Amino acid sequence: MSTDARPALTDLSVGDVVGNRTVEVDRARLVRYAGASGDFNPIHWDDAFAAGVGLPGVIAHGMFTMGAAVALVEDWAGDPGAVVDYQARFTRPVPVPSRGVATLDVTGTVGAIDADAGTVRIDLTVTSEGARVLGKTQAVVRL
Amino acid sequence: MSVNLAYVGREYPATAPYSVGREKLREFASAVGASHPVHHDLVAARGAGYPDLVAAPTFAVVVAQRAESQLVQDPGAGIDFSRVVHADERFTHHRPIVAGDELVTVLHVDSIVERAGLAMVTTRCEIVAALPDGGTEPVSTVTSTLAVRGEGA
Repeated sequence: MSTDARPALTDLSVGDVVGNRTVEVDRARLVRYAGASGDFNPIHWDDAFAAGVGLPGVIAHGMFTMGAAVALVEDWAGDPGAVVDYQARFTRPVPVPSRGVATLDVTGTVGAIDADAGTVRIDLTVTSEGARVLGKTQAVVRL
Repeated sequence: MSVNLAYVGREYPATAPYSVGREKLREFASAVGASHPVHHDLVAARGAGYPDLVAAPTFAVVVAQRAESQLVQDPGAGIDFSRVVHADERFTHHRPIVAGDELVTVLHVDSIVERAGLAMVTTRCEIVAALPDGGTEPVSTVTSTLAVRGEGA
């Protein structure tokens, strides 16, 4: 399943930045994710409900943010099937306004290389308004 | 009521099969902004060596959350979903999920830890593909932790 676009393990060093991207999230995006994922929790689309459970307003699905962030790794690897392990902690909610967008900034960095296993761990930094919204966000890629 | 600590170690019966469809994989990939062609284009997927369209890395959550609902909706577990926050998630893929898979999931309750007014409930979904010969093949392990706020917290 190799293509010319795929990175080589021997060319990588811990600390290398593999990419950056910005993701804009609006309410329509959350509704779309709710339908695609089957997660219809009203905290992701109903302002009054979200406020009633103590949230600052409608928030993005943590799983949306996690899924959007790893697309950077898929594209860098050149093969989504090469992502063999992916984890994240949901540390801070991402409020999404009823008009306009919330912005996610994603950066991927080489966190570890396992030459014997043929894998590289990409550590993702995901921030919104300058604050980290995901913790320990790590994708292991088989190259 | 609070979360029932006696549920640690519980294993639920295997779910009914989840049939992985091409349009669902495309819809999910589009929803998270995963634009790689192997999620969308059958020719590209087959050209990359896959039997069919490939799921985005977090697609398994769709399958896992159906299995997890057995615990969340189990009255004996004592989980009030209005008090639940998702704390963490991990996917370990033994092989990529592809369209055409028939996925069966066994839900395990691995731990329940109470601390500072929270119950941290960690579940593990073992997702396997049902094979035509009646056997199964490991596909994904999905580990998820829910933080359940106690009364008054």
